[in-house]
Parts: sequence; C-alpha cells; structure tokens
Amino acid sequence: MEKSQTYNDVVVRQFAIMTVVWGIVGMLVGVIIAAQLLWPALNFDIPWLTYSRLRPLHTNAVIFAFGGSALIGASYYVVQRTCHVRLFLDRLAAFTFWGWQLVIVLAAVTLPLGYTQGKEYAELIWPIDILIAVVWIAYAVVYFGTLFTRRVSHIYVANWFFAAFILTIAILHIVNSLAIPVTLGLSYPIYAGVVDAMVQWWYGHNAVGFFLTAGFLGMMYYFVPKQAGRPVYSYRLSVVHFWSLIAIYMWAGPHHLHYTTLPDWAQSLGMVFSLILLAPSWGGMINGMMTLSGAWHKLRTDPILKFLIVSLSFYGMSTFEGPMMSIKTVNALSHYTDWTIGHVHSGALGWVAMVSIGTMYALIPKVFGRESMYSIKWIDLHFWISTIGVVLYIAAMWIAGVMQGLMWRAVNADGTLTYTFMESLKATYPYYAVRLLGGILFLSGMVIMAFNVYMTVRSGEKNAVQPVVEPA
Amino acid sequence: MSGFWSIYVIVLVLVTVIGSLWLLQGLSKKRVEDEGEVGTTKHVWDKDLVEYDNPLPRWWLILFWLTVLYSVGYLVVYPGMGSFAGIWGWTQTGQYERELARAEKRYGDIFAAFSGIALTDLAEDPEAVQLGRNLFQNNCATCHGSDARGARGFPNLTDDAWLYGGEPEKIEATITNGRNGVMPALGAAMTEEELNDVVAHVLSLSGRGEPNAKGQEKFGQMCIACHGVDAKGNQLFGAPDLTDDDWLHGSAEADIRDVILNGRSNHMPAQKEALSPDRIRTLVAYVLSLSKS
Repeated sequence: MEKSQTYNDVVVRQFAIMTVVWGIVGMLVGVIIAAQLLWPALNFDIPWLTYSRLRPLHTNAVIFAFGGSALIGASYYVVQRTCHVRLFLDRLAAFTFWGWQLVIVLAAVTLPLGYTQGKEYAELIWPIDILIAVVWIAYAVVYFGTLFTRRVSHIYVANWFFAAFILTIAILHIVNSLAIPVTLGLSYPIYAGVVDAMVQWWYGHNAVGFFLTAGFLGMMYYFVPKQAGRPVYSYRLSVVHFWSLIAIYMWAGPHHLHYTTLPDWAQSLGMVFSLILLAPSWGGMINGMMTLSGAWHKLRTDPILKFLIVSLSFYGMSTFEGPMMSIKTVNALSHYTDWTIGHVHSGALGWVAMVSIGTMYALIPKVFGRESMYSIKWIDLHFWISTIGVVLYIAAMWIAGVMQGLMWRAVNADGTLTYTFMESLKATYPYYAVRLLGGILFLSGMVIMAFNVYMTVRSGEKNAVQPVVEPA
Repeated sequence: MSGFWSIYVIVLVLVTVIGSLWLLQGLSKKRVEDEGEVGTTKHVWDKDLVEYDNPLPRWWLILFWLTVLYSVGYLVVYPGMGSFAGIWGWTQTGQYERELARAEKRYGDIFAAFSGIALTDLAEDPEAVQLGRNLFQNNCATCHGSDARGARGFPNLTDDAWLYGGEPEKIEATITNGRNGVMPALGAAMTEEELNDVVAHVLSLSGRGEPNAKGQEKFGQMCIACHGVDAKGNQLFGAPDLTDDDWLHGSAEADIRDVILNGRSNHMPAQKEALSPDRIRTLVAYVLSLSKS
C-alpha cells in the first residue's frame, strides 16, 4: 500500500507513550511538593529541590508535557481520521514531536536551576519561548495542512476545537512572551506594571480556556461518540457553544486581578464575561453527556467510557465553580486561598487528566494494532483509584480554602484580626495531608496505567499501519 | 480613558454579547426537520461518526439568557462600559474608604477611651494591655515574634535593653515614626590584625577575655563616636550598649567580627500610616507591660 493511503500513526504512538511518561513525572513532582507543604524539610536544603522551583516544574510538566503530548497526539489521530487523509508533512510532524520533547527537557533543567521569567504558566526563559513558538507554528502547519487537504467537505466538530486551540495558543504564547533579552537566562517583558499583569492573565486564563478546555473538548468530541457508538447529541448546540465559548473566554482574564490596581471597568468586564461563560461551557458537557442517551448501560461495562463521562462531570462542575469564583464578593473570600488550588485541580485532574486517560486507553490499542488494552480490569481499577484521589484532593482544598478565607477575615470585638497567618497555616495541615493522599492515589493510578500500556505495547504491533478510510 | 478607547471597549463588548445572542436565537428558532423524530446532519466521518440535530435544551437557553441579563444590569449600575462609571458610581477605592470609615466608627471609640490616660497608667490597665496585645499580634509579631522576644536582628521587647530608650514617649515615637539603625561596615578601614584586636576588646567590654590595649586604641578611633567612650552606646541614634549581655546580632566572636566587617542596616517601619495615634498608645501600654513583668 502506498504511504499516502495510510495514516501516520508513528507520531501518534510517540506522543501517546510520552503522555503516560510525562503524566507520571509531572504528578510525581506534584506529590513531592504536596509533601513539602506538610514536611518542609523534604527540600533537604538543596536549592533545586525547593518548593518555589519545583512548583513551576510541576505545573509545566502536567499542563504542557502531559496535557500537551495528549493533545497533540490525539489531534493528529483525530484530524487524519475525520479528514480521511494522511497527516500533512511527515517530517514536520516528527519535528513537532522531538521539538516538543526538547522544550520539556529544557524546562525540566532550567526551572530547578532557578531560571524563570516569573510569569505563572509562562515561566520558561526566552530562548525556550522561541523554541516553543517555532514548534507550535510547525504543529499548526501540520494540523491545518491536513485540514486543508481533507477529502470531506464538512469539518468535524472536534476539529473546530483543535483548530481554535492551536491558533489561539500561538497568539497567546507569542504576545505574552514578548520580552527584551539581556542575557541567555534573563529578559524583561515589554509591558510594564498593571499592563504586564493584565497581559499575563489574559494569557493565563486563555491557557485554561483554549489549552485546557477547547483542546480537550476536541478530544471529547471524537472519543465520546466513538466509544459510546452513538451520534453526537446536537450539531446546533456544538455550533452555538463553540462560537460563544471562544468569543467569550477571551474576556475572562481580569477576574484573576479583582481588587488590584487594574481599573474597575476591566475588573467588571472580567466578571460579567466569566458569568456569561457558564452556558457556553456547559454546552460541551451537555453535548458529551447526552451523546450517551440510549447507551447509558455501557457505563457499567466500559471503564474507558467511565473515564470520559466522569471527566465531563468534573468539567461541568469546575466550569460552574469558575464563574461563581469570579463574582467579586465570592472572590474576596476565595482569592489567595487553597480554594483556588482545589478549583484548578478539579479541572486539571477531574477533567483534563481523566479525559486524556480515557482517550489514551481508547487510542493506544488502535495505533498498536490491537483490539483493546491488555487489561480492562486494570482500567477499571485505575478509574476508581483516580476518582477517589480527585475527590479527596478537591474536597480537602475546598474546606481548607473556605476555612483560610474565613480565618483571614475574622476580627475581634476591637477590630483586630482574630488569627495570625501562621494560625491559619497550622489549621490547614490536616487538609494538606488529605490532599497529599489524594495526589498519591492519582499518581498510583498512572503507574497502573503505565503497566497496562507497557503490556499492551509489548504484545501489540509496534509498526501497525492502518489504511485511510474512504469518505462515506 | 480617552474617548476613542472608551468607544472601542463598548463596541467590542456589545459585538461579543449581541453576536452570541444572535447565534443563539438563530439556532434555537431553526425547526427540527422531521416532527417527533430527530434526524442526523447526514454527514459521516471515519465510518460511523454522525451527529443528531437535537434542538437546544430549553433550560440551557434560559440559563444563557439569565447570565446575559444579569450582566447587562451589572454593567448599567457598575463601571465596565468604557469610561461610563455606572449609575451607582461605585469604585473599589470608594468601597475601601467606606469600609475603613465604618470600621473607625465601630472600633475607634474603644481606643479613643484611653486617650486621656497617662501611658504608665495604661500599662497597668488589663483591658488596654489586652487590646494592645491584639494590635501587637496583627502588626508587630511578624518581626518581634508572637511572644515579643524578637529574633536575631529583631529586638526583644520583654527585657530592659532599649536601643532608642524605654521611656513611654520614646517607645511611642519609635512605633509612630519608625527607626533606621545603621552600623557602618568597617572592614575596609582595618587590617586583619586590627580587626582581631578590636573584636578582643569588644568581647572584654562585657567581661569576656583579657583587655586588649591595641584594640582599645583602635576602638577609640573608630567606634566611640557612636558607642561612646564608655561603650555604653547612645540612644539618640540607637547605638547599642556593648557592655551588657544583650546582643541584637549575636554575641559570639564570629558574629561580632562580621558586624564590624560588614556593618548592619536595621529598619523598624513607621506605623503612623497604618495605626491611629490612640491605637499606637494602646500598643505602647502593651509593650511597657511586657518589660515590667
């Protein structure tokens, strides 16, 4: 068979395997820093093991290494199959894989060494930023090249979301990283003061909106109907929620800067657009969940579907929680507390990680020429362990966060604060322990997955080739 | 905000919201083709991927509209639409000032009641001392410690050693206006040998080791301007007494050597912006009560 009549699954396989590897690495670092909050001595007085350096390593590893590998791999898989054509430019696709891995390795070296731009989720120094931009543009060329050479006229909904994700991340990354280099490891942003803060959170919140939401919705729109064997619930719902989601997400960033020097009008717009975002966000959840109508019984036997559907529940929950937390009055209580950490993890573990895990369990056997994963039972075990892990994690952080918020604002009869910061920290310790336990459970699930993937790959076809399906 | 940017913001807001609603309305009115039976869009991808064309869920439509209506109302009363301040004229600065005024009204009298009472008497008043303790925990404990015993570089407030004087008025002045204590770095002005001699002399001042004549001579040239001929310090500018056993930056030989070599710069921040004069007086009462006990 001619190469052009087969799918390029080489790069999909590579990204899929690295998704599991980086998932374990990123979550392990997360567990380490969660333990450091309980036992600060665990940094062993070694500078590159301090919390301040490992924390950005954790966030970069789980978002961009684990999440990024899952997204790029899944989008390559989906775009070929829904465009009925081989991936555009094999060599460039290979470059995106090796380039992205190089970015991750450079991040894993520079962050512990203390090289940082000091911008949350955009810590990497300028030379790495340039590499990211180059790799990302190559990714866009591969993806859109495939899309433009498609053999069907209609673009499948998953591809709308992947396309929006790829385009917007390119813009966000480049605009937020604009800086004047001083040395190889040091640069200054071209923005100053509150403008810099606003650009940073415009980037930061849209990283949530387009990387962690739109991208993974693209994944969801292919793998949920495939796994359920049911049609997508509503085409027109996907049209409305897609356009409103991408139009409105752009505005939500200022809710990270309530009660700061950001002008009042910008804070207000950040809040109201976050509220309007609720319905567009839920559109994706409804479309995914309702796709299961008529096939709910499959949840009993298919743990992959369980991962996908529970991820949608967590997605719905955190996209409800987010708008609520953006209301100024609520934000005055929740901001700077561990509630935010809980919110982020109900999204990151409950939605992003679980939808990626479900996707990988569905995708890996396909690209390794097998019917299914080595062990379905292990998937089920993984599902329960990670679900319990997430629930423990977020419940602990909710309680801790609300408690901190209340302790910080409690005043005595004379108007002085009732509690010192230290007292609120001490009171948080039990919840840090529960959070650590939740994290360990989630990590253990990933280790089970790694074994399962290893056994699947070992007995699978390492060079499986699938012919391009003829358009209907 | 200039007129152009104000209009720019307003137009963008309106285009985004109205555009979303237009799409919403357009697609919610589109009729379902076959009555009763919902059809698919007739597109097929990857063998079996198809889409139903179900109508938008009614509750979801209502939710969408409600959030938009709430937001429109919000932007009428609060700032948001460019330079339009909102009909309530709310600002976060205004909210802060109102809350401060409310707090002052509610709590101010508690502290104002002490204003006529002498500080030394106040230090005997258990209620004043308790209120002062609360203020101390909020404003001072970060540096001086929750037990007020200080730490290296942060003075212990429970003993009798006072850098700037322990009289009530002095303490009040210290809290109100803050202090800047500077010990200049003298490393460049001494040879290694001279430094050893001065350290030996300083140690001998508090009864440790033999007197050192050369060190005393150098001390006379370099140190007495601040620490005094008798080395008992000078509270006018916070030069510490070197003859007692109170050592802010450590009493060990290595600590003293380091202070002489590299100097020290200590800062007690002024509290007058954060605390009213009545509250500062209450704090003084608490601090006085500490060194009495």
